[in-house]
Amino acid sequence: MANNVNDLVVIGSGPAGMAAAVEARALGMTVSVLDEQPAIGGQIYRRVEDAPEALQMILGKDYGAGRVLAEEFRQSGAAHIPGATVWNLTEDGVIDYVDAGGTRTISATNVLIATGAMERPFPIPGWTLPGVMGAGAAQIMLKSAGAQPAGSVVLAGCGPLLYLLAWQYLRAGVKLAGLVDTTRFSTYVTALGKVHGAVTGRKDLVKGLGLISRVRLARVPIYSGASDLEILGEDHAEGIRFRHKSKSREISAGLVLLHQGVVPNTQLSWSLRAEHRWDAAQLCWTPVTDDAGRLGETQIHVAGDSRRIVGALASAIQGRLSVLAMHERKGGTAQPGHKAELQRQLARYTALRPFLDVLYRPLDEHRIPADHVTVCRCEEVTAGEVRSYVDLGCLGPNQTKSFGRCGMGPCQGRLCGLTVTEIIAAARKVAPGEVGYYRIRPPIKPIHLGSFAQSTS
Amino acid sequence: MTTETLFSIPKKAGQAMVRIEFEGETLHVPDGISVAAALLSSSRGALRTSIVKGTPRAPYCMMGVCFECLVEIDGIPARQGCMTLVRDGMIIRRQSGAPSLEGLASGGKNGE
Repeated sequence: MANNVNDLVVIGSGPAGMAAAVEARALGMTVSVLDEQPAIGGQIYRRVEDAPEALQMILGKDYGAGRVLAEEFRQSGAAHIPGATVWNLTEDGVIDYVDAGGTRTISATNVLIATGAMERPFPIPGWTLPGVMGAGAAQIMLKSAGAQPAGSVVLAGCGPLLYLLAWQYLRAGVKLAGLVDTTRFSTYVTALGKVHGAVTGRKDLVKGLGLISRVRLARVPIYSGASDLEILGEDHAEGIRFRHKSKSREISAGLVLLHQGVVPNTQLSWSLRAEHRWDAAQLCWTPVTDDAGRLGETQIHVAGDSRRIVGALASAIQGRLSVLAMHERKGGTAQPGHKAELQRQLARYTALRPFLDVLYRPLDEHRIPADHVTVCRCEEVTAGEVRSYVDLGCLGPNQTKSFGRCGMGPCQGRLCGLTVTEIIAAARKVAPGEVGYYRIRPPIKPIHLGSFAQSTS
Repeated sequence: MTTETLFSIPKKAGQAMVRIEFEGETLHVPDGISVAAALLSSSRGALRTSIVKGTPRAPYCMMGVCFECLVEIDGIPARQGCMTLVRDGMIIRRQSGAPSLEGLASGGKNGE
């Protein structure tokens, strides 16, 4: 396999990755963009290039904004390598990936990790049952296949995506059996104190509140300030039980869509052994970088939601700023005013984030569940089992593997890592940052041995 | 088992369709969608059982991170249904527990 050395290889073709590629091409850099999906756009702009018009209408204006970026990307001359699953990355810019043809290697002077976000795990009783999915997952069904719930559906949890999906479903004519909202009114008041950038962020705020009120107007039963969520059913979801105004309530539904925000997809930065810190505002691990997203003294930058959750618009700007930093390190200079303008835009797009982090902070019991709740879906380890490991002297997530295989299944801790960190921290009465995370090693995705057999090197 | 599929895909005029087989049943599904999306929209119940306790599972994340949608595709076990696009003639089977070595051997024969 020939090694192509690019000036820049971007991993992920969401907003951060596409914008970075456009910026780098404008500076004359050679660019390849790898993405696991067959099409560009990431999850937020999934299928953005060929979504039918009726679907675009349902998804709304913000989704349409992705089209402009996708077009810029296509015209930039950056190479797009679809269906490429990256399983190894080194500090000096060698990337191993698998595509339909087998395993391949590509090298670059600079690498940008732009692997975005994933939905925060929602470990509650019954969350492994068929019929329980992420609201983001259901939105992917809508974007990628035009698929809508066929029967009774409930949305539960908190966060902008939950309300956005409710609104999109209403536009698509889907009836909602209920919206179970764990956000409390008192939190709105606390969160408002965080709106220092009130003026700059106000447009976003008004838009968010508008979504909720439209869902309300559509006579969807909304249960605000709900807690203690629990899925009903034995072999598949039959509904949801929760506490609302000190009463236990149940809603029947064959499909329960859970969401409590998104968290950075940090597998690649962890696999590099880069330093990460526990982000107490966003309740997740974030890689330690400089302002431009560079990991230590490496050739690797991280931009967008895979660095810290900032949303699509800010992610795109971060991608561009990372590229400018790479360019400057090589002695290049940017167009006068360009960088300052990007920094102004970044400030504007992130002004509301502290408010959102407080307002949509997931409830403790939905992150640090009771003993009987499964936390590691792959190896089927419960919260109680993790606590029993702590009683036996287990200090952090990495050790839970030897105690009971927790985190050792095919998802490689993606769906349990944050939960296990917080369970152990709470049990040991220390800060999550002290207990650490799983040691993530390549291959960062399970790959079939056949893929190697197929390759000739 | 549930009495209906969890999702449905509204029919569109001119939509190219492909034929896939799931557990011996022939399904007509839109071209260009993932195996997981196709199965959630046209079949019922679990796609697999878990490897430790044998509990029923179905796709959860639809973006390749949770590995709940693992199915056997054309003889190869443990394929991510949400990351694989449907193809005409594709044969898909449920997976119970961990994939067997026999399954891996027959997968090898297909050269994939």
